[in-house]
Amino acid sequence: MRPELELISDWIRPGARVLDLGCGDGALLAYLRDHRRVSGYGLEIDDANMLRCIEAGVNVLHADLEAGLADFCDASFDYVIMTQTLQAVRQTEALLDEMLRVGRQGIVTFPNFGFWRFRAQIALRGRMPVGKTLPYQWYDTPNIHLFTLRDFEQLCHAKGIDILQRAVLDHSHRPQLGPKLWPNLLGEIALYRLGRA
Amino acid sequence: MPSLYPPDSVGLVLPQTVHCAEPLALDCGRILAEYDIVYETYGELNTQRNNAVLICHALSGDHHVAGYHAEDSPTKPGWWDNCIGPGKPIDTCAFFVVCCNNLGGCKGSTGPTAINPDNRKPFGPDFPIVTVKDWVRSQAWLADHLGVAQWAAVIGGSLGGMQAMQWAITFPDRVRHALIIAAAPRLSAQNIAFNEVARQAILSDPDFHHGHYYDFGVVPRRGLMLARMLGHITYLSDEGMRAKFGRELREGKMNFNFNFDIEFQVESYLRHQGHAFVDRFDANTYLLITKTLDYFDPAADFDGDLAAAFHRAKAGFLVVAFTSDWRFAPTRSREIVRALVRAGCAASYAEIPSEFGHDAFLMPIPLYHAVLRGYLARVAREVRADAA
Repeated sequence: MRPELELISDWIRPGARVLDLGCGDGALLAYLRDHRRVSGYGLEIDDANMLRCIEAGVNVLHADLEAGLADFCDASFDYVIMTQTLQAVRQTEALLDEMLRVGRQGIVTFPNFGFWRFRAQIALRGRMPVGKTLPYQWYDTPNIHLFTLRDFEQLCHAKGIDILQRAVLDHSHRPQLGPKLWPNLLGEIALYRLGRA
Repeated sequence: MPSLYPPDSVGLVLPQTVHCAEPLALDCGRILAEYDIVYETYGELNTQRNNAVLICHALSGDHHVAGYHAEDSPTKPGWWDNCIGPGKPIDTCAFFVVCCNNLGGCKGSTGPTAINPDNRKPFGPDFPIVTVKDWVRSQAWLADHLGVAQWAAVIGGSLGGMQAMQWAITFPDRVRHALIIAAAPRLSAQNIAFNEVARQAILSDPDFHHGHYYDFGVVPRRGLMLARMLGHITYLSDEGMRAKFGRELREGKMNFNFNFDIEFQVESYLRHQGHAFVDRFDANTYLLITKTLDYFDPAADFDGDLAAAFHRAKAGFLVVAFTSDWRFAPTRSREIVRALVRAGCAASYAEIPSEFGHDAFLMPIPLYHAVLRGYLARVAREVRADAA
């Protein structure tokens, strides 16, 4: 289990109803089902991932989240989760709005482009950053929106989205003291729990 | 002696007939005093009787879903043999698989070709129009007869998927999982329009004789053939037809005839399908089942709210659609999924890329079969855990 997913699991109330956007192979949903009695669905576009969800007994809806969440009613989930997906979608803003329409709360995780190693790769080598959380070359990356913690928080502020909780993982993907003090510099992965009053 | 049949086949199978003397009150208001149901089974019912799977057939299907009949050639298995057998996605090593010919059919279960006990003549057009709900009730009687209190899964494609859906709504405690493939929550105006043209083809055939053609020793061949040809166009996709036939002329032909003979491959295919169908199907049954399709609307009992219909369902659901299916397009399956999600049902949805149109649900498409296999392997695990 990725430490990131364990952290998310800690944030989620047992017995909650969740929607996982871009659920991959369904690992998070299976973990939440087995450890926190959570029910819900994953949205996944990739054929192979969809199949793995079905094999794992995870409810998966084979659909493109870029097409929107119109099929889901307002506040029909306790949490709408998006792990490592926000940076890969076209309609970032619209999707954030949709998350907080369909879910009472939203949980997002993304690679922090402000992480010092990424900054160093651009500053010192003059190359686009490649690393554990950004494993792609510039020409084949699915990540079309790269942003930092500060960028994201500024967007939340502008949109009237409340940040209810934040966690930042360092390069070892553990929540350490360093990233707590200097999150935008030492944090490689950011996790947010969001709400809207 | 080596078997005539492939090792992953259920082999030689024998249909069985059961007589039901319990009257069935039909949706149309009439009562069917007694009836026969013809069915086949494959695999073994376990001692806990919890591993039974019901396969529901579509418009032109029947009870012979897998394996071989002695009188048929060893190259002509049941209609979904590629999916049912030892080690296949619907694994007969794990499940006891049941499929029956639906009431109103023409393959042995009571229908228009059966003898009406009141006048010792075939029912013909006097056979009541049965609904999907009527079918499900008669299938429930068959389940009782077989000692099956709850199906591990009810599975069907197209009209068969509609039966699986109805099962989960009508008998929530008797369905563990419902697999709804290439179906729709109800027919669209376009769907009904196609059915109406098919019906008019049959009704306007001079050999139809108001449905009493048996008395005249004829069958409305042209009408039934036209209906089937029309049906086949809706079962294929534009791209699939292009790939399969293109504008190729029939073998050996180089030039146009400038007349109305069969010239293009696609014409030859449709006529062949039409001819073959007339020899194996009854026109009154065809008429009846197109009406069964038109009438299907499980939401109607719940003020048109399909989610309300699913509120009572306890089954897990797998909904499958095919990208090029325009008869029951993926948008129709997504309507079902949306209602299932709103009702809070456990549900998964797979949209399989395919160029086979509606027919895809019968094809051994690798991703499609992997999805069925993966889902049913989990059903088999549940059944084993329950039995232990």
